[in-house]
Amino acid sequence: MTASHTLVAEQLTLGYGDRSVIEELDLSVPPGKITTIVGPNACGKSTLLRSMSRLLAPRAGQVVLDGASVHRMPAKQLARTLGLLPQSPIAPEGITVADLVGRGRHPHQGIFTRWTREDDEAVAEALLATDTVALADRAVDELSGGQRQRVWIAMALAQHTDLLLLDEPTTFLDVSHQVEVLDLLTDLNRRRGTTIVMVLHELNLAARYADHLIALSGGRVHSAGDPTSVLTPTMVQSVFGIESQVIVDPTSGKPLMLPIGRHHMRQP
Amino acid sequence: MTVQTSTHSPATSMDDVATAIARGRGRRHRRRRGVIVVLTTLIVLMFAVSLMVGNTFYPLGDVIGVILGQDVDGATFTVGRLRLPRAVLAVIVGLSFGVAGVTFQTMLRNPLASPDIIGISAGASAAAAFAIIVLGLSGTMVSVFAIVAGLVVTVVIYLLSTSSGSAGTRLILIGIGIAAMLEALTQYVLSRAGQWELQEALRWLTGSLNGSTWNQVLPTLAALIVLGALLLSRSRDLDAMRLGEDTASALGVRVDRTRLIVVIAAVGLIAFATAATGPIAFVAFLAGPIAARIVGPHGSMLIPSALVGALLVLVADFVGQNLVGMRYPVGIVTGVLGAPYLVYLIIRTNRAGGSL
Repeated sequence: MTASHTLVAEQLTLGYGDRSVIEELDLSVPPGKITTIVGPNACGKSTLLRSMSRLLAPRAGQVVLDGASVHRMPAKQLARTLGLLPQSPIAPEGITVADLVGRGRHPHQGIFTRWTREDDEAVAEALLATDTVALADRAVDELSGGQRQRVWIAMALAQHTDLLLLDEPTTFLDVSHQVEVLDLLTDLNRRRGTTIVMVLHELNLAARYADHLIALSGGRVHSAGDPTSVLTPTMVQSVFGIESQVIVDPTSGKPLMLPIGRHHMRQP
Repeated sequence: MTVQTSTHSPATSMDDVATAIARGRGRRHRRRRGVIVVLTTLIVLMFAVSLMVGNTFYPLGDVIGVILGQDVDGATFTVGRLRLPRAVLAVIVGLSFGVAGVTFQTMLRNPLASPDIIGISAGASAAAAFAIIVLGLSGTMVSVFAIVAGLVVTVVIYLLSTSSGSAGTRLILIGIGIAAMLEALTQYVLSRAGQWELQEALRWLTGSLNGSTWNQVLPTLAALIVLGALLLSRSRDLDAMRLGEDTASALGVRVDRTRLIVVIAAVGLIAFATAATGPIAFVAFLAGPIAARIVGPHGSMLIPSALVGALLVLVADFVGQNLVGMRYPVGIVTGVLGAPYLVYLIIRTNRAGGSL
């Protein structure tokens, strides 16, 4: 599968009401890679992701996918190339896993087109990839948080997009489920070549799973690039306003940030 | 190191899973179709019964004769002029209320967000009563008044509820308040009328099929065909919006446009039906949840809910006319059915710890 789509934000300005959240932001998403976006609360991470998937119209500038502005593209055409998993999607009461995952086929179906074998195979593939086959007939509201998040990812997979945007896919999950979800997304990237862009809260997990790390601060890109070059004490100080030490994670070789508070200093 | 646990055996092939999924989907489709067939049959039966039974009983043969245009002694007037337009109007407004109610409930993801709870029916009713009683209008002009009022109420509750916080709950609470004001307005209009009979007043307060004529059938039928088709053409998008607006948008639904089309179509259906029979209490509110209970939470509820609405109105009118000693307008019967459900719904939401 090819994943050579280019997704670029050009001089993007975003806001709600009379409040500006993102100002003249430029960024480009490396194709076929995992990009993670980090930044303090209210720095505009989610707003940026919403606009990149056309949920929010820009005040100025544009988001360009393969040379065309996403806000002027036909909605279904965009949804066949770029998928988004919002922060808190809503599962209708009583809906089963198979039915929910099947909703991912929406952009591939017309008003009158019947459900095809291809749709069933896409759902099956998504269930297998997320290890949720055994849950297929269960109601989504009965599942645990980790299972539910896998099911939502399965829905996004059934959409068969080459780009997938995720807004904090690990929120409210305990550490084992966080790792499970991020491993699953990495599998997806490695096997299918899907370009992944996600907003993550946890700086160390973001650095570990990213090929490309973007630090956002005050509505602007503070720094972007290889996690080792981006996650530095200087960046943490200026973006999060906290002193820290960054060491090399002995297992992954990726940078690991250790925050330094006012207490707990070892006596010399 | 931990080992990745797996809930499926490696032998599970994609083909098998796809087939299992297709089978599950087939099962859900068959159940849906079965429900639609059963509901339609019940409507036809109830329709026939309400043509046959009344002060005078006419056998099925006579009824069919009248429908085919034959002159049957006595039955031609009673069935042809009284019972037939009444039953036809019952089906049409039932379908309209049922489909419009579930449209709002689906779009706002809340069973309480039905047009008869949040004031849209009350607005259409107040405007229709005003147009008929105060302005002396009739026919299409009444429907126009009802539609404009319905849309104005929709816009007002929408604007009042979007300033901040959880829009869904605010919208419902504001709508309930607006509904109360509009019902008071209807009562004021009724009290201003020089002479009005109780039956006419009840029409605009709870809904009634008394005095149904073919003149009322035509505009409601036309509205149902045009606006119903418009709603059905959006049913897949509407269904996707149950996942939340962000997810629906990510799936390629143009949320704003869908919402606009769907609201105008649903308000139009409510207004045309209300202009004919008044706001038949709780039909829009009850039809969707009953349909969902029968069909299960899969696929679009528009058609099942429309059918449940039609059946509700037919049965309630039959009960009101024949089974309770005195003749009550249909809205009083549906009101008796709907009010306990409303209480149940509020108790259940409270127990679940949710907001409205």
